[in-house]
Amino acid sequence: MVNLIWVALLIIGLVFATINGTIKDVNEAMFQGAKEAVTISIGLISVLVFWLGLMKIAEQSGLLSFFARLFRPIAKKIFPEVPPDHPALGYILSNMIANMFGLGNAATPLGIKAMEQLKQLNGQTDEPSRSMITFVALNTASITLIPATVISIRMTYQSASPGEIIGTTFVASLIATISAIMIDRAFYIRRRKKGGL
Amino acid sequence: MHVIQFLSLWLIPTLIACILLHGTYKRVPTYEAFVEGGKEGIQIAFSLIPYLVGMLVAVSVFRASGALDFFISYIKPFIVPLGLPSEVVPLAIIRPISGTASLGIVTDLIATYGPDSFIGRLASTIQGSTETTLYVLTVYFGAVGIRKMGDALKVGLLADFVSFIVSFVVVLWMFGK
Repeated sequence: MVNLIWVALLIIGLVFATINGTIKDVNEAMFQGAKEAVTISIGLISVLVFWLGLMKIAEQSGLLSFFARLFRPIAKKIFPEVPPDHPALGYILSNMIANMFGLGNAATPLGIKAMEQLKQLNGQTDEPSRSMITFVALNTASITLIPATVISIRMTYQSASPGEIIGTTFVASLIATISAIMIDRAFYIRRRKKGGL
Repeated sequence: MHVIQFLSLWLIPTLIACILLHGTYKRVPTYEAFVEGGKEGIQIAFSLIPYLVGMLVAVSVFRASGALDFFISYIKPFIVPLGLPSEVVPLAIIRPISGTASLGIVTDLIATYGPDSFIGRLASTIQGSTETTLYVLTVYFGAVGIRKMGDALKVGLLADFVSFIVSFVVVLWMFGK
């Protein structure tokens, strides 16, 4: 499916460029997009190295499995395929906490690490497991306590109360996360009925 | 509000101190473990590049060609009857596709209508309450070499849709029009 979406985005884009006469913009956008992607990846190196380094210590000292144990009652329901006490759960919980506080820089490395662990559990195939899909769904909705970027934009434009959207954002993201879990479950049941995973 | 700001400021330093002290207490070779873990970070960042280049180029082409605007004008009539103000419809559509583009739209909406208007508050809430689904999928699946997305994209997009509707209802309920 990714293959189809990817080709469709590009081909539809090129067709529209021909019709709209925006081929010049498209040429520029292509290289701009590639450059942006590399900038993002390179920029990630600093946070990835720092956080994965720290988390290695937490993993070896047992702090991570302590986190995993705290999370066990909920995790059993959301991630039934992951064995309790597995370090993946520790990473998942740390990722969610970092996301909650708007610490995207810390959240991404932890999420990647969680995915790595889930992949090991899944026997290293290149297809996503049920737990991986659930985890990614949780991340696309992600409960947010502090939308830092938005607050700073609101400050720039002289909002009387830049932080007043914290409440609405929290409620909206909480309901979205619960819906994501339910939607994910519904898709899982559908997959199982079809005889797939 | 102040509590939350205080927490977000002190969370990371406290966490770092806890990890280091606990590691030392458990006799983990802290510095060596840090370096070992850090090395993985470099590998992940580099293996991510092709996934992100592919996706961002496709999204940029789709946007720059005018195709995105066309689809927005096509989808708009289906969304406006739900009660969403038409000004935020482009934001709702772009939010899952491109983080930078949607941030640009939010800034523009806030600049035009004011941060404390209904549209300003709604745009802020939409931007803050969901992640860029396509980016999350590309990065997380890309970093560990998963090539198929399975149902993840559908689940993510449906959750985004729910989140827009919820944002609208919650902002309406908390602040009124």
